[in-house]
Amino acid sequence: MTAVLAPRTGASDESHRPRLRRRSIRGSRPGFLVYGILIAWFLGSAYPLWWSFVAGSSESTVLTLPYPPLLPGGQFWVNASEVFATIDFWKALGNSVIVSTSITASVLFFSTLAGYAFAKLRFRGRNGLMLFVILTLAIPTQLGIIPLFILMKQFGWTGSLGAIIVPTLVTAFGVFFMRQYLVDVIPDELIEAARVDGASMIRTFWHVGVPAARPAMAVLGLFTFMTAWTDYLWPLIVAGSNPTLQVALSQLQSAKYVNYTVVLAGAVLATIPLLIIFVIAGRQLVTGIMAGAVKG
Amino acid sequence: MTTLTDAGRDGAAREIERPRLTWRQRLSRADVKYSPYVYVAPFFVLFALVGLFPLLYTFVVSLNDWDLLKGQGDWVGFDNYVTELQDPWFWNSIGNTFSIFVLSAVPQLIAATFIAAVLDQNLRAKTFWRLSVLLPYVVTPAAVALIFSSIFSEDYGLVNNLLGSLGLDPVLWKHDTLPGHLAIATMVNWRWTGYNALILLAAMQAVPRDVYESAALDGAGAFRRFFSITLPSIRPTFIFVLITATIGGLQIFTEPKLFDATNATPGGAYHQYETTTLYIWNMAFNQDRFGRAAAIAFLLLLIIVAIGLVNYVLSKGIASSEVKVARDRTRRRLERHRDRQLAGAVASTSAPTSAPTSGEPRS
Repeated sequence: MTAVLAPRTGASDESHRPRLRRRSIRGSRPGFLVYGILIAWFLGSAYPLWWSFVAGSSESTVLTLPYPPLLPGGQFWVNASEVFATIDFWKALGNSVIVSTSITASVLFFSTLAGYAFAKLRFRGRNGLMLFVILTLAIPTQLGIIPLFILMKQFGWTGSLGAIIVPTLVTAFGVFFMRQYLVDVIPDELIEAARVDGASMIRTFWHVGVPAARPAMAVLGLFTFMTAWTDYLWPLIVAGSNPTLQVALSQLQSAKYVNYTVVLAGAVLATIPLLIIFVIAGRQLVTGIMAGAVKG
Repeated sequence: MTTLTDAGRDGAAREIERPRLTWRQRLSRADVKYSPYVYVAPFFVLFALVGLFPLLYTFVVSLNDWDLLKGQGDWVGFDNYVTELQDPWFWNSIGNTFSIFVLSAVPQLIAATFIAAVLDQNLRAKTFWRLSVLLPYVVTPAAVALIFSSIFSEDYGLVNNLLGSLGLDPVLWKHDTLPGHLAIATMVNWRWTGYNALILLAAMQAVPRDVYESAALDGAGAFRRFFSITLPSIRPTFIFVLITATIGGLQIFTEPKLFDATNATPGGAYHQYETTTLYIWNMAFNQDRFGRAAAIAFLLLLIIVAIGLVNYVLSKGIASSEVKVARDRTRRRLERHRDRQLAGAVASTSAPTSAPTSGEPRS
């Protein structure tokens, strides 16, 4: 944006050379130092992941070398089959998919519905209820795990996927996020027009609200899915014989002797699903984080 | 037929009330009136059941000698709280939590601000660089813990191998307290710095570019512009990031839990990196003392809420005092300006070009 503006200001100020140079400070392309910093930062932050692939594809003697090799070895499938022999990787992967998808669907549905009502409908107590949602954003509900576990035990739900899903069926953040998005994006006239045309409230929601909410739903869905996928504490407590991927992964090293090349191969395998999401939807992740920041 | 604006709804209601309402009209009015509640109700009901109720019920559990087999057990009042507040392991866990939190939050926020400022340049391939700092975020905390558990391994870990080849002594990451905290903080920093950098970057991009340009015209260098324009402008976002980091950081569990699997008790052989959430987990699920675990959870909740409130009040306080400082500064500057004009008129020389405060944004 500034790059487009810079030549134009330059043209109008042709006579003031020093001024022109100063003005274009923000518009000019940064030098190699900036790119050098970024490349160094990227290499540094990618290295632990790369190292786990290098070690996960080598024999365990790789760990004793004074200088770590830079290229992967040829043992990845040997280590990976050790992973599959130790934990039920595919069942855990399936469980994680079911859990994360269910939580995402539920959070999306209830958040869009409530967020739409808060953003676009008038009703008594709206502001008070919205304030309540905002206040609960700062309360760590994860600390309710003790009674939640006692309840799950009483219901006999422990060991089932339902027990993992239920506590995160709704989030205050989801409602807040959808409300913030929808309040600007749907013009009131559009809803009025739908009502004048005789659409019921739910039809208006379905045909005006949901289509408008779709971009925000994509972002919220992405983050809800990732949060559910990465959760470890609650699944560890209730999963029992039905572990999610994170819980199964941690079982790789629950022994007196830890074979780190196998553990690292497991870590790489478990990272692949989210890496795929990163490649497909990385841009949306970046936009989502940056949009959430301005609104939040 | 009824519209959503107040005027429209009232008008329609007045018109309709005189003749008898048809069934359809009545239905439509009920639709407008009650639908919003139907839409928000599922959220509130579910949230109350699975979010709020367990949190409040934690308090009830904490007042009993609760265990898994006996169930509720005896009512013990605040005994669990008294026990915990006198238990050195409780304070040990609080100390560990805060130590790890400070070691992760401070370097992380400084680094995130720095990287955000670098990303805020007029880069080629913007999206690529933004994606590149976010890469660690896709590695789950459990995988991060396993990877760094290997990297910080005492016998043949990557870090100790490198230290050895430099002729340095190996560090006992899993037996010494501070190195353990550092290793765990490193995991948090690795995963979250890029994420927070993007949030701060968004705040930086919201600063109008001409503010920088006029500051540059006034002779402010890059560092001056960063400290006098960028940092004050992103403060609200910075506080937001800090509060989220606090809420998350004080509940850290996965990283210390998985840091050293060869130990019988997670949290280290001497509890040297047992955080409070890990302590809660041990108390409940290893020792079957649910009452005490609930008491710890409730104490941690109070601490987190209190810190959130202090954060909020402090940021408000800073904001209002800063307004006052800015006002005073403007007044002083105006007076100086007037004095200088007088002096300039007397001496009839050219106006001073390097006013001491010229680099600051005009307020």
